[in-house]
Amino acid sequence: MTMESIALTQQQSDGDHMIVNFGPSHPTTHGTLRIVLELEGETIVKATPEIGYLHRGVEKLGESLSYQQFIPLTDRLNYCSSIMNNVGYACAVEKLLGIEVPKRGQQIRVLVSELARIADHIVCVGVNAVDIGAFTAFLYLFKQRETVYDLFELAAGQRMHTSFTRIGGLFRDIPDEFVPLTERFLVECGEAVDECERLLTHNPIWHDRTKGVGAISAEDAVNWGYTGPCLRAAGVPQDLRKAQPYLGYETYDFDIPVGTTGDVFDRYLVRIEEMRQSLRIIRQVLDRLEPGPVTVDDPKVALPPKEKVYTRMESLIHHFKLIMHGMEMPVGEVYSATEAANGELGFYLVSDGGKNPYRIRVRPPCLPIFSSFEDQVKGGLIADAVAVLGAMNIIAGELDR
Amino acid sequence: MIIEHIDAQLPGAITDRHDFRGDQTIVIARENLLPLVDMIHREGFQLLVDITAVDWPEREARFDVVYHWLNLASQERLRVKVPVAEGEAVPSLTSRFKTADWFEREVFDLFGIRFEGHPNLKRLLLWEDFPGHALRKDFPLDGGDPFCMEGVTAPYNDGERARG
Repeated sequence: MTMESIALTQQQSDGDHMIVNFGPSHPTTHGTLRIVLELEGETIVKATPEIGYLHRGVEKLGESLSYQQFIPLTDRLNYCSSIMNNVGYACAVEKLLGIEVPKRGQQIRVLVSELARIADHIVCVGVNAVDIGAFTAFLYLFKQRETVYDLFELAAGQRMHTSFTRIGGLFRDIPDEFVPLTERFLVECGEAVDECERLLTHNPIWHDRTKGVGAISAEDAVNWGYTGPCLRAAGVPQDLRKAQPYLGYETYDFDIPVGTTGDVFDRYLVRIEEMRQSLRIIRQVLDRLEPGPVTVDDPKVALPPKEKVYTRMESLIHHFKLIMHGMEMPVGEVYSATEAANGELGFYLVSDGGKNPYRIRVRPPCLPIFSSFEDQVKGGLIADAVAVLGAMNIIAGELDR
Repeated sequence: MIIEHIDAQLPGAITDRHDFRGDQTIVIARENLLPLVDMIHREGFQLLVDITAVDWPEREARFDVVYHWLNLASQERLRVKVPVAEGEAVPSLTSRFKTADWFEREVFDLFGIRFEGHPNLKRLLLWEDFPGHALRKDFPLDGGDPFCMEGVTAPYNDGERARG
């Protein structure tokens, strides 16, 4: 696309204004997105975001893949917390099928989702701090993120692109050493979050850079379609885990942190507190984890165990039928939303009864948030644009799909 | 519950409805969209969660523009579908919901449905001279021409579609 089609060029502007091309590969865009900034001195007069650099046509691809085959594509939406996308998508298909996952399966889904939420918040808070110039907090936090990825590797065999869920349950049960390692993580991560807070929360430079930057009122945040930590930082206590519980979240004891001004500082505080609340939830999951199946015992939905496929005729037939013809899907449409690290991750599925979805729509939480970018940075300094962008936690894989 | 309110305040607006797995869906004509939006906004449906579309090529009104609303107070969700034929425009919701801006641009980009009154209806994800609209059912999965450039054919395939 030509420069002229998006924004003014230097020649077209009246000469007092300067055009700065921010992205597509700038260290603080964290993904490929581009913003054309029009500056008067250091003040932003106009900011025109341009997205689509990571557009892979996920929704189009989904129409040619079976419901099961779409799971690896969900890894690549929000790649900082891919396991949560797996869970969100599986929940949507299960809603369409009208089935429920066994208790242990639900508990493990909650466990890995909360681990992923912590990892995602670590990226957001840590990287936001680096962008603003506080490098140390990032280092302390990223050690914990590495532990989370080790745990994912243990559970799913993959660090980032986990593809951990299956329709009706999980790829497999967690191994025995997962629980003691998570126990150790709970202690270490708690300490790391405290350490990060000691570095940042009362740091006057951090205050100068974040307080009042990107402030938004609750009404505006709702109008812009904000969800997740950014909406909660603006003072709206909306969290789908409490408001529309799924996977048994109503049985866990946790609080929803809420900010007041919606600025970068409040978003930071909300995310720090959410990490602590996630640790609380993980503690409760570990305490109540009981042995049992993790996948539904329904040969029309979930693949039978491999040993049965090799030894029993019916299981072999079920295996063949599921792989070749797919599941028997009802005709209808569902919208299912889960509280991802970034906000409401929705999947809208339209089924015509075929093996593949007729239409699959991903509602990414950061698209509406990023659409308010110009509104957020207009009139501010160019350095603040970096702080706002980091606190929005824009993940290009999910933004562009 | 909201559906009874809509029926009472805008009689005859709902042309079809269904309730599948707890998702309330109503179908309305595009002329009734703006009055409906005003009404449900007053009733508390203030978070416009999503706008998308579904293509049904064999139907006369080819597209369904699908809106999802959430009521933050009662946590009720509402899905509104507006059938539109090829070439018809849907009223834009940008004046009431700022979030409609990019969602409508995306639908315009991928389906080619125009939104009347949108201040900046340009493609969002794909580039401006991209031929066709990618999420239409008649758009080939492999993107057709490997370079996706109208009038330019790749030398090695004699202008035939590349196989995916």
